[in-house]
Amino acid sequence: MLSRFAPRAFTAAPSALARRNGPVRAAALTPAVRRSVTTDAASSHAEKSDVPAEDDKPFQVKLSDEAFETYELDPPSYTLNTTKAELKQMYYDMVAVRRMEMAADRLYKEKKIRGFCHLSTGQEAVAVGIEHAIEKTDHLITAYRCHGFAMMRGGTVRSIIGELLGRREGIAYGKGGSMHMFSTGFYGGNGIVGAQVPVGAGIAFAQKYEEKPNVTLALYGDGASNQGQVFEAFNMAKLWDLPVIFGCENNKYGMGTAANRSSALTDYYKRGQYIPGLKINGMDVLAVKAAVAFGKEWCRQGKGPLVYEYVTYRYGGHSMSDPGTTYRTREEIQRMRSTNDPIAGLKQKMLEWEVVTEDELKAIDKEARTHVDEEVAIAENMAVPDATPEVLFEDIYVRGSEPQFLRGRIPEENYYYPEAKEKGPKPLVK
Amino acid sequence: MVGQRLIRPAAQLLRSSPSTMPRCSFQKIAQPTLSRCLNRTYATPSGTKEMTVREALNEAMAEEMEKNPKVFVLGEEVAQYNGAYKVTKGLLDRFGEKRVIDSPITESGFAGLTVGAALAGLHPVCEFMTFNFAMQAIDQVINSAAKTHYMSGGIQPCNITFRGPNGFASGVAAQHSQDYSAWYGSIPGLKVVAPYSAEDAKGLLKAAIRDPNPVCVLENELLYGLSFPMSEEAQSDDFVIPFGKAKIERPGKDLTIVTLSRCVGQSLVAAEQLKSKYGVEAEVINLRSIKPLDVEAIVKSVKKTGHMMCVESGFPSFGVGAEIIALTAEYAFDYLEAPPVRVTGAEVPTPYAQKLEEMSFPTEALITDYAAKLLKV
Repeated sequence: MLSRFAPRAFTAAPSALARRNGPVRAAALTPAVRRSVTTDAASSHAEKSDVPAEDDKPFQVKLSDEAFETYELDPPSYTLNTTKAELKQMYYDMVAVRRMEMAADRLYKEKKIRGFCHLSTGQEAVAVGIEHAIEKTDHLITAYRCHGFAMMRGGTVRSIIGELLGRREGIAYGKGGSMHMFSTGFYGGNGIVGAQVPVGAGIAFAQKYEEKPNVTLALYGDGASNQGQVFEAFNMAKLWDLPVIFGCENNKYGMGTAANRSSALTDYYKRGQYIPGLKINGMDVLAVKAAVAFGKEWCRQGKGPLVYEYVTYRYGGHSMSDPGTTYRTREEIQRMRSTNDPIAGLKQKMLEWEVVTEDELKAIDKEARTHVDEEVAIAENMAVPDATPEVLFEDIYVRGSEPQFLRGRIPEENYYYPEAKEKGPKPLVK
Repeated sequence: MVGQRLIRPAAQLLRSSPSTMPRCSFQKIAQPTLSRCLNRTYATPSGTKEMTVREALNEAMAEEMEKNPKVFVLGEEVAQYNGAYKVTKGLLDRFGEKRVIDSPITESGFAGLTVGAALAGLHPVCEFMTFNFAMQAIDQVINSAAKTHYMSGGIQPCNITFRGPNGFASGVAAQHSQDYSAWYGSIPGLKVVAPYSAEDAKGLLKAAIRDPNPVCVLENELLYGLSFPMSEEAQSDDFVIPFGKAKIERPGKDLTIVTLSRCVGQSLVAAEQLKSKYGVEAEVINLRSIKPLDVEAIVKSVKKTGHMMCVESGFPSFGVGAEIIALTAEYAFDYLEAPPVRVTGAEVPTPYAQKLEEMSFPTEALITDYAAKLLKV
């Protein structure tokens, strides 16, 4: 198995050659310009006559021939079964994620959100497509662009916005903020670029150890893909055949550095070298779903890890402090927004296939908008954590296993933990 | 004008500490054993047996693996090679390759992987061949393991044990000789222990594996081969030593020597020399646990002796000794009859040549002489 992959590892040669010839030639030759997977969000096809009247009756959708590109892998099926209900749910989910990110954008600009805030506007199809392919018993870990994933994994809009606002009823009780959100089967929300990748391999290790059939998705960006520990994780995952799908969300830019200016090989799906890879149209939620469903089954059969590359695009800056225009053109952003938008793409298809009428779609839009608005209003009314030592020092260690005391800024502020038997339930139950 | 001292936390600390008994549910198992063990300075002759620190660590892991299928050991050379220092000897044969796993040489990666396994509910024992190499992985230890429980608002625990030899060995030069007690000891969310004897090694490592938080067990290569008596209680498979409790290895009334790991043994020798040369009784406190730190034991002892000397082998700046002196000044200033002092490693990357290496770390003679100077004897 290993030897079959080995020779292909040298397909990166052109860029190595380019490097020797200096940076100017390198830029001209890097494969980054060659993105043969389409980012057309409306490239899937279904016959109108195949679409049943019933909401829950499956029908077949054919993905574009350019939905995938493979590396040492037979491609997944280009057809997938879906239902009208599922398409509507996917559409609703993507709209809700976007509305939530837009609310975060507004709250940040109103100076109600502190610190860093990384929005995923434009990348919704990845979080939504993945969730529609996995179970709640599966696992997902990502970096700091995590709001959409937190929501899809079961976090409520109010708890996520509440967390951004630093409220006690936030998803992490106001302790984590934008970058650190956790939920069942969701391991954050991690702030150190790339460090979540071996952690994700470890979650998969635990599944294999306990002989559970679940898959783990370990996500990272095109910027993080050059971290050494990403490759360390690849090595161990392949060595031990861990049930993990590494996933590079390639939104074309690290913080402010284009992929081809940071990566010697921008074919991130080939970066696993000895791990089969798949490049996916990350703007088409159906392609994402089909790919992840395929990967889940692959892992369940004990075939080991996969390296996925979701080709996507972020509309906003890296974080709120970045206007996002110094390293790319406004025209590029405008073009992606107007022609490759994942929500508009699915909308167009659903209308074309007569899955919904214009009015029904508008109703879904309105429902998502209303829901998010209501939740945001609830979040804004949440109380902030009490500024007390009890709250400050809570949860540094697992309850009942704390040291006798922890030190405050001065000895008088030392906090003594109460005896275990004196402890009631944690104040405030979500 | 000096006036009334506004800060008198020493008395406050003693008053406000609710109990001297361990208070954590998972530690309560050991209470009866502990109380006996605390009252005892040396193992009783009946029923004791000699055991090396290496064997004690091995026994601790074997017992915990026997008890809990979620416990596994992963690290470089831990399985087929039986461990670079033979601490994991025989575990592969006993528990199989599913639970005793040779990792590639990839510290950052396998530390991250074991943290992930802990987040997903397993109880990994992550062995670093030495903590010098764990510097490659310190981000995972601190950012991924220690902080996650707090950042998640308490919904994501991380039950993991990082262990391996720490501090200097013999003739291995600068990159293999560093003491990381102060590094890990400064991180909220971590617990950090440094065993000295075989009983320490077994009791602390077992407690670390059972503790639901990330714990660093900082062992010492030079102690691995030393034999210590193991009491009958310590031979039990339920023997754990609670964190945050120092052990008075040798009682005394004239000087408090606060120390840890290998320096405990050196301090005990120095204490004997102080007695024979000067008739001075030094009390030697084995910290056992760096985080949490038993401030109470230090204060109580200083109250009795009026003199405090910390002996440790890390770099001096911002080190364990610095912290102990700061705490002594904060909590026990009123009881001190002389400034608190420290004996530490020298501020020098550890040299290879033997005589130079000797100049870089505390020695028994140095501890004795410096103590005599402090006591003006």
